[in-house]
Amino acid sequence: MSKQVNLTIDGKPVSVPEGTLIVDAAKTVGIDIPVFCHHPKLEPAGMCRACLVEVGRPMLDRATGQVVMENGQPKVQFMPKLETACTNRVSEGMVVMTTTTKALDGQKGTVEFLLTSHPLDCPTCDKGGECPLQNLTMQFGPSQSRFIYDEKAHFEKHVALGELIWLDRERCIQCARCIRFQDEVAGEAVLGFDERGRNTHIISLSDPGFDSVFSGNTTDICPVGALTTADFRFGARAWELKAQASICTQCPVGCNTTLNTRREAKAGGDVVVKRVMPRQNEEVNEIWLCDKGRFAYHFTESKKRLTKPMIRKDEKLARASWDAATKLAAENFSKDKKDFVVLASGRLANEDLFNLKSLADTAGGTAILYSDMGGGDVTAMVGVGQGTNIGKMGKGDAILVVASDLYEEAPIWWLRVKQAADRGATLIVANARETKLDRFAKFVIRYSYGDEVKTINDFSNKSKISDAFAKAKNAVIFYGNDGLGLNGSSVLASACGELLKETDHVGKPNNGLVGVWQKANDQGAWEVGFRPEADLEKALKGKAVYIVGADPVGDSPLLAKALNGAKFVAVQDILETATTEIADVVFPAQAYTEREGSFTSGERRVQRFYPAVPVKGDAKPDYAIASQIAKQMGIILEGSSVRVVFDLLVNSVESFAELTYEKLAEVHGQWPIVGRGDLYYGGTTYENTMGLGAQLPPVAQNGKAVHIPKVRKEAALRPKEKELLAVPVNKLYDLGVTVNPSQGLKQRVGESFIALHSDTAEKLGVEAGAQVKISFDGVNGEAIVKIDDTISTGVALVPRSMGIAIREPVVAKIK
Amino acid sequence: MGVFDPIIELSRGLGETLRSFLREPTVTVSYPEEKRTVRPRYRGRHVLKRYDNGLEKCIGCSLCAAACPADAIFVEASENTDEKRFSPGERYASTYEINMLRCIYCGFCEDACPTEAIVLGDNYELSFTDRKQAIYTKDSLLEPVPTADMLTPRKTEAGVFKRSVPEMKDPTD
Repeated sequence: MSKQVNLTIDGKPVSVPEGTLIVDAAKTVGIDIPVFCHHPKLEPAGMCRACLVEVGRPMLDRATGQVVMENGQPKVQFMPKLETACTNRVSEGMVVMTTTTKALDGQKGTVEFLLTSHPLDCPTCDKGGECPLQNLTMQFGPSQSRFIYDEKAHFEKHVALGELIWLDRERCIQCARCIRFQDEVAGEAVLGFDERGRNTHIISLSDPGFDSVFSGNTTDICPVGALTTADFRFGARAWELKAQASICTQCPVGCNTTLNTRREAKAGGDVVVKRVMPRQNEEVNEIWLCDKGRFAYHFTESKKRLTKPMIRKDEKLARASWDAATKLAAENFSKDKKDFVVLASGRLANEDLFNLKSLADTAGGTAILYSDMGGGDVTAMVGVGQGTNIGKMGKGDAILVVASDLYEEAPIWWLRVKQAADRGATLIVANARETKLDRFAKFVIRYSYGDEVKTINDFSNKSKISDAFAKAKNAVIFYGNDGLGLNGSSVLASACGELLKETDHVGKPNNGLVGVWQKANDQGAWEVGFRPEADLEKALKGKAVYIVGADPVGDSPLLAKALNGAKFVAVQDILETATTEIADVVFPAQAYTEREGSFTSGERRVQRFYPAVPVKGDAKPDYAIASQIAKQMGIILEGSSVRVVFDLLVNSVESFAELTYEKLAEVHGQWPIVGRGDLYYGGTTYENTMGLGAQLPPVAQNGKAVHIPKVRKEAALRPKEKELLAVPVNKLYDLGVTVNPSQGLKQRVGESFIALHSDTAEKLGVEAGAQVKISFDGVNGEAIVKIDDTISTGVALVPRSMGIAIREPVVAKIK
Repeated sequence: MGVFDPIIELSRGLGETLRSFLREPTVTVSYPEEKRTVRPRYRGRHVLKRYDNGLEKCIGCSLCAAACPADAIFVEASENTDEKRFSPGERYASTYEINMLRCIYCGFCEDACPTEAIVLGDNYELSFTDRKQAIYTKDSLLEPVPTADMLTPRKTEAGVFKRSVPEMKDPTD
């Protein structure tokens, strides 16, 4: 705990930690000082001068250094001029006055000055209604300007900084919040100022423009309407939007979001999601959100949404009633109990997965998780302890990221790990290729493909890196499946678990293992008992398969073949996919925007989401469909209330034992205070009023014996002289069904590619940009060649979900 | 009271009637053949105004909807292009609806409008046979244009109509 400093602001006594800025100190006691350039998450800049206040400090005797006393009180000496509250840190005995005539005059003058070149086109501005400049002008500004309107600087109305973010240069007040966010928080300095004086404007320094996955956040913290998103352009006025709490379903971080909805004529009079905004949760996403989470919500409103149950009749899917469809599925599932397979993905909520698992168990079938990554049982043992907050990790702590490209897989974790490194945490990045996190790492371990587990086992040998990890106060390992398949990642997870156990980094807050999963709720699926299957083709062939929230046919021709040989295929999804096309019966499920439930994040935090828009057609929530099918099979499962399913889940899954549905909705005060009427302080981020979630304690924290599961390691493939090894890597913007319907993100997806080292390319006789055919294991695909000299020779990086069905490292041929 | 008093009173009253009948001007009109002109600040059915060049004044800012105490107005905005321009500037109202059953003719929308696009006109002859008819769409609210080439949307010269809100002028006093 740092030293507390006592001061007085507007007569109110305040006690804050040393180093706090006056403006933040004032905020803690409810005094609002107007700010534009200051943001509690950014370093002070002092660029806008709106926060002028009178500051007095106790007078010190020059000779003795003692405080001069007057009538038994310290004599306070005020500076002759106003000072900025956003750059001055508090000191003992300081007296701050924010509402004196002198201070108010200063603030008013600054606002008047900022408005000299502002176009005042609030009626057409997307920020209008939630604009700090509007609010502060009303509160602190003058009613009339002494400046000449004709002298306002005019620029062309809007320019696109990138595909996603548009800039209106006239509206910019040069506070540099966006530039500073990119530099300090995101660590990607892609914005800058150009020109001087009145012509000063923001430019993008990258190609493609505004090349950052955090670009949307700059529109939240922009205190004017200079930066707006192309996605929400003229979408609605801020005051017309309704807000509902939700959880992002794009990756395992589990960012807290707010869905802004409105009835829309363009959508045929439906209530639709107009934009996704971050919701504060300092332990998960702070007040940030990545662009994928912000813009990839369009899939829930896609024209391809399934709205009616369908049964295959004469080779065609025809509409059917819920009763007929569930009855048909139930009959086929009950025919031979051993042949009943439930294949579900981590797209589903905890309650859905619990019901599906119960159905499979009671009916005597198998429950398979559709995933190429293992180790969920290890994270249940030695996952991060309850109370983990990466935002609090810093000096003396260590973070190891292995076989994961966090920037592409879980951007907000990347951001928080990067910031922990900025605060002094020892960041160790181990990967076979260069990733964006390397720049911030203290140690970079570059292993060759196949050596992932060896790299972790080497930590038991003494070295500078292993010492730094072992001696760290707290240590967290992020592991993924970048360059690995199911077996590889399972073995890696066990190795990481052993390492954490050996170095005693388990069972405590800020210590443990985090899986960088492919889907939002893979961890939840593991918790309720779903397990992935190594030989999925064999597991599906000739079976009665119940596929929920997955598109195996679209993902892989091999799985398509296996499913064509299945006895019966029932598909339950929100969208039409290649898998629904081969299905015997199709059930329409509700999207996460239409229902409630809970997800378990990679940090094993269980968080609730709430219904924001009306249900599309006859769709039902997944857990209810499972219950309806179960009923037809003579099995009773709860199907009407998520809450009740959750209670049953709590009673039967040990790790959930301490939870209640209500507990997930609890909130407590967070710093910085955001999302209230004072939008100028934290931006347009929403305050969290609907629940911060609760973290599941790992077995190690419960004081029970920890057994790291041993996984039989298959011989890892290594690049050889004469062979080419195709290795799967993860990409943020891929061809997945959730990204495609978003117009803005679509442009960032790019073409299907494979990456080769220039030597490898030369050996194969291919050039950069050439279209090649790649084939392995019965999979054929076409891709563009990209040259990347940071990867090792003899391998071809093949991104997942980009048209080539790759699940694990495999020997490939290129033509 | 005398016997003739009621007769005197009656004839005095009838005399007044007769005098008015012969001397005073007529105050009733034979509606609907004849229509009375309304007062200058009369608040009748809304009209969406156009500029002299035919472009719509409305920019779809939805401030009228925000000001409306009866929640009678629904606005949805879209983006103008020089190829397909409805109004000056970047933004126009792609949907503009007023529910006349809800409207209380208070004129707040008129006050709120930053471009003087929505004006309460002099049409008071509103009758509907069902509720749907009571919802006036943008087509029915827009002022007619004198010539067909002034209709919106239309193609305009690039870079001319850049501003949505008319430029503010310096105070002259």
